[in-house]
Amino acid sequence: MADAVLFEFLHTEMVAELWAHDPDSGPGGQNMSLSVLEGMGFRVGQALGESLARRPPSIGLAQVSAAAPQAVPGDAGLQGGAGHPQVPVQRPVDGRVPEADGQPPHQPPGFSSAQGTYVLQDNSFPLLIRMASGLQYLEEAPKFLAFTCGLLRGTLCTLGVKSLVTASVAALPACKFQVVIQKS
Amino acid sequence: MSRQANRGTESKKMSSELFTLTYGALVTQLCKDYENDEDVNKQLDKMGYNIGVRLIEDFLARSNVGRCHDFRETADVIAKVAFKMYLGITPSITNWSPAGDEFSLILENNPLVDFVELPDNHSSLIYSNLLCGVLRGALEMVSPSRTPEM
Repeated sequence: MADAVLFEFLHTEMVAELWAHDPDSGPGGQNMSLSVLEGMGFRVGQALGESLARRPPSIGLAQVSAAAPQAVPGDAGLQGGAGHPQVPVQRPVDGRVPEADGQPPHQPPGFSSAQGTYVLQDNSFPLLIRMASGLQYLEEAPKFLAFTCGLLRGTLCTLGVKSLVTASVAALPACKFQVVIQKS
Repeated sequence: MSRQANRGTESKKMSSELFTLTYGALVTQLCKDYENDEDVNKQLDKMGYNIGVRLIEDFLARSNVGRCHDFRETADVIAKVAFKMYLGITPSITNWSPAGDEFSLILENNPLVDFVELPDNHSSLIYSNLLCGVLRGALEMVSPSRTPEM
């Protein structure tokens, strides 16, 4: 039973390690490290997806694609530490109340069923919380989110959902993951 | 309903799996990046050290353990409190040197090696070398003269 902070520390070190090789090698090197991190997250997500899939389904198959992105960040342990709020998920679909903890009410709806796009918002993302708050380190944020993007994509992949996941940050430590389900 | 009740232990299990799998992905990546296992070991140790340096703060803040007065006490805290808190295991302490400045931690069920099978061409890779670095970094923050080996 590994403690949740272990993962956070390990993740910080992974980011530092990947950027230590080529500290500043232009946009090409940056993208390379990002995709390496994302790839690692993808593999981990695939394996985690297998244990998620073993659980008794509480949802119909048709809703899997809707529920899976919601299930991942909370269940995959990123929220494992006590005291973290659950991931507020913007999902005003099928009349359900979005699971909002302190979510600003003026947020636009993040879901559009026509395009299969979901936005997952976390107002205090655990991997950013130890880093900073505010705007100063905003440009450093993408490297701390690449792994989780891969994690989401990998988990969805195991559950049979092809997707594209990108992350965006408006102000630390809040972030949004955009999951675009790809029609096969 | 039962799913709600299981939620606590399940999410704990997931966070444990998340750590183990992430560590595996990291070792895999390091093996790709470096040509020989020695360099991977060194890198794992270095990363562990950096983690340990920060982990000790978390540990002291959460465990309420005071300063240890001798190495035996340190060994006890590491095995019974620290390993228990972070990995959920309690290694046994053996092989004390006569001078009392050296001991071994025997890990019966190392959670880092779940789901792992090392290929033959990595015989000199010390898979869990991160732990050595963590111990070194954490101990160095409380006392400057201890170096664990695996």
